[in-house]
Amino acid sequence: MTEASAVTPNDIETPFRRFLRSYLASKVAVFGLVLLALVLFAAIAGPFLAPQNPYDLKVLDVMDSRLAPGGVSGDGKMTFLLGSDEQGRDMVSAILYGIRTSVLVGVVSTAIALVIGLSLGLWAAYLGGRFDGFVMRLVDIQLSFPPILIALILLALTGPGLGKIIVALVAVKWAYYARSARSIALVERRKEYIEAATCLGLSTNRIIFKHLLPNCLTPLLAVTALQVASAITLEATLSFLGLGLPPTEPSLGLLISNGSQYLMSGKYWISVFPGVALLVVVVAINLVADQLRDVLNPRLQTQ
Amino acid sequence: MVAPASAQPTLVIEGLTTRFSTRGGTVTPVDGVSLSIQPGQILGLVGESGSGKSLTGYSIMGLIDAPGRIESGSIRLNGRELFGLPADDMRKIRGNRIAMIFQDPMMTLNPVLRIDTQMMEAVLAHQKVSRDAARAMCRDALERVGIASPDERLLSYPHQFSGGMRQRVAIAIALLNKPDLIICDEPTTALDVTIQGQILYEMQKLCAETGAALIWITHDLSVIAGLADTVSVMYAGKIVESGTAKQVLEQPRHPYSHALIASAPSRNPRGQPLRQIPGMTPSLIRLPSGCAFRERCDRVSEVCRQAPPVQTGDGRTLRCFHPVGAEYSEVRP
Amino acid sequence: MIAFIVRRVLQSVFVLLIMSLLVFVGIYAIGNPVDILINPEATQAERAATIVAFGLDKPMWVQYGLFLQSAVAGDLGRSFAYSTPALTLIAQRLPATLELAVVAMLVSILLGVPLGLWAGLRRDGFAGRTIMSLSILGFSLPTFWVGLMLIMLFSVNLGWLPSSGRGQTVEWLGIPLSFLTLDGLKHLVLPALNLSLFNIALVIRLTHSGTQEAMLQDYVKFARAKGLANRRIIGVHVLKNILIPIVTVIALQFGALIAFAIVTESIFAWPGIGKLIIDSIRVLDRPVVVAYLLLTVTLFIVINLVVDVLYSVLDPRVRLSDARG
Repeated sequence: MTEASAVTPNDIETPFRRFLRSYLASKVAVFGLVLLALVLFAAIAGPFLAPQNPYDLKVLDVMDSRLAPGGVSGDGKMTFLLGSDEQGRDMVSAILYGIRTSVLVGVVSTAIALVIGLSLGLWAAYLGGRFDGFVMRLVDIQLSFPPILIALILLALTGPGLGKIIVALVAVKWAYYARSARSIALVERRKEYIEAATCLGLSTNRIIFKHLLPNCLTPLLAVTALQVASAITLEATLSFLGLGLPPTEPSLGLLISNGSQYLMSGKYWISVFPGVALLVVVVAINLVADQLRDVLNPRLQTQ
Repeated sequence: MVAPASAQPTLVIEGLTTRFSTRGGTVTPVDGVSLSIQPGQILGLVGESGSGKSLTGYSIMGLIDAPGRIESGSIRLNGRELFGLPADDMRKIRGNRIAMIFQDPMMTLNPVLRIDTQMMEAVLAHQKVSRDAARAMCRDALERVGIASPDERLLSYPHQFSGGMRQRVAIAIALLNKPDLIICDEPTTALDVTIQGQILYEMQKLCAETGAALIWITHDLSVIAGLADTVSVMYAGKIVESGTAKQVLEQPRHPYSHALIASAPSRNPRGQPLRQIPGMTPSLIRLPSGCAFRERCDRVSEVCRQAPPVQTGDGRTLRCFHPVGAEYSEVRP
Repeated sequence: MIAFIVRRVLQSVFVLLIMSLLVFVGIYAIGNPVDILINPEATQAERAATIVAFGLDKPMWVQYGLFLQSAVAGDLGRSFAYSTPALTLIAQRLPATLELAVVAMLVSILLGVPLGLWAGLRRDGFAGRTIMSLSILGFSLPTFWVGLMLIMLFSVNLGWLPSSGRGQTVEWLGIPLSFLTLDGLKHLVLPALNLSLFNIALVIRLTHSGTQEAMLQDYVKFARAKGLANRRIIGVHVLKNILIPIVTVIALQFGALIAFAIVTESIFAWPGIGKLIIDSIRVLDRPVVVAYLLLTVTLFIVINLVVDVLYSVLDPRVRLSDARG
């Protein structure tokens, strides 16, 4: 006769709880998460938090330009906590708007690239044959060239602009998702639940998107997060080189670029602070993504 | 071949305990294990997966890494105490006086290094010989385990060998420094049945020739039957029964060994349903108190909630309150 | 082995053709090819003459054919800004970029592999975790910002190193190299460091994860069971296994280094092809842009080819199976 020890629901560790526990085990990762939350808050609430709208020409006064951090505007109404740039824009506001633009571009381009790449990758893995071969050839060719070069070529041909840079980023990133999704899907495809779904006579689309897709998403999560950071950095670099966003919708990259000419003369704040902001954004995403990847990697899981 | 009892045993283990600290708690996969082997003897260590038999082998070799540690007990190799030995001294014994052969020959040989590199380094780590002498030794070792054209084979890579041949290479490496003890951790499980037979034969022959003692770790009783001199049965980290092969295999006393042997398909009369052991191997984190087998045993009683005593007698040991067989009366606590 | 190489070369030529077609079509697609290939300040007569000379009045596939013809002959047009053949211009600037890229690659290997190995072996120690956290910084920091900060720190504030340009060069086999002179080295340090930062972080992380995975493998257990010293296990068994993927990634990254040199060269005014292309894009010097694109495409294809061959040389499993199959 055995007596079963009472097992309460709290004893059972669901996969999500285990994931949460593993994730939060690293203090660095928690720090990253907090940072990321702050960044997202700034991105969403930016316009409401900013002391001024830096792109509203009516508000600007060129007499306030190039003030050091802490300087006060000519009419005494504004304190430029982080200084002002050459047109009298408050750096805090410019940075908040900049974060918004940078994060927006990064997230949107990654999302679109993910959708395209994921679909193509899953299709290729599931259908196999010539379609698979064709897509993979395309992917291989694209992935053998560095992203910055492809983006550069595209932007050289099309010129700068918000939509164009998103298109360029999507064009650069989709291949990576396609390949990742395909290799994961190839493994999943052989598993029995797919066979079962096929035997049930479900339509191809349904099999792919309701059965295959959810199981492929988890490993892609960490990769996607990292790619957002890389998209943001790429956009910043392109903007810095003058090929990205136009001056009317500056991202942090453009701000840094504008400010770089003043570095030598000691007015560091015009360039350094946007740079720090960019750094914080990217580091936050990378910290979170890094821990996600470690936690979700089955091969490295010890007891 | 069994040496006279008066010779010093090659290996004596007493109360060996290894613990692992996991996120779910502390587990003790090796719990107070004791055994001994004479020179030239073959000990079969039998148990299911998770019984702790492989970890016993690793503990003897000193290959337990964090989060595990060998907590207590005595391991005496030819009289020399290994427990608590400094890492450097232990390293000199590993691969030298004690050798180990693993289960999957595909993975134990480094795929990007040549066979001669991997063999010669085993020699050069422990003996002061020239490279040419080492090479000659390796060549001879390959011949001894029955590998043809050894000179060519030395220059090959592991993936150019079949599974059985790789295992032979692993055996050859184990024998290079003429160890006193060889620990084999399920070396034939991953191989074809026909190759299994060959390897078993080779091992027996080599053991007899060199006088090395052998611990053969397996879950497969049929392997033990023709091979071992003595048998120890492990369950949930403890040795529940041990004795000579004839004793344990033909007259098992512990309910678990009894059920294990009875459940072998070859022993089943035709037409009868196969016998099973009900239940599952317990998780080491949630072991039942007292006798770990009590939840699956058909001879269980209230007294089994306490740790059963170790009885010795007639050259065998037993850990049970209600052993099978008439010679043993039911033991009251 | 030979069959393998031949197959890959043919594949590469095929890819090259496709890329050249894409570049060509790209030029066609963005407007009047006449404007692209002809200096906007040319006179009417010169325009007419150039149109005929380039065959711009002929159908596209004919033009493509002519384009290929002259490309193979080495003529990719003349730069508007410099009035020299585009290809010559690029050839002049190439050594500077290559020098920068090679030095950056060496730095990333020499720093990255030991650090990554250390971090992988001492995973939970203070050193290991610090190295990994710093490596996140390494590839989070945008190259251009790091470059700016480096200039600010070392040139403006400390005044130790120059902030722009290439130093004194010395000719070696007809190629001007600057790391052979002290002045050249001083100019090389900051740009090379800047360019290599991302790669150092990458190599550290690769080595770290490779080491971690390798240490869990059975052959490491077996090596320890053989009683081998730790130094040998790591230095020979582990290293040889992880170096193969690391080397291939680093080699592939060489192409990325050359591409990213665009940023570094812009910041440090390093006279390489990166700076050339940025300037050319800005002034719409399209022949140079075309020539650069084709050249870099060729370079990447060559690099990929070399890496594939290298991989089969290094990994005995690939090499021998190919010989049999």
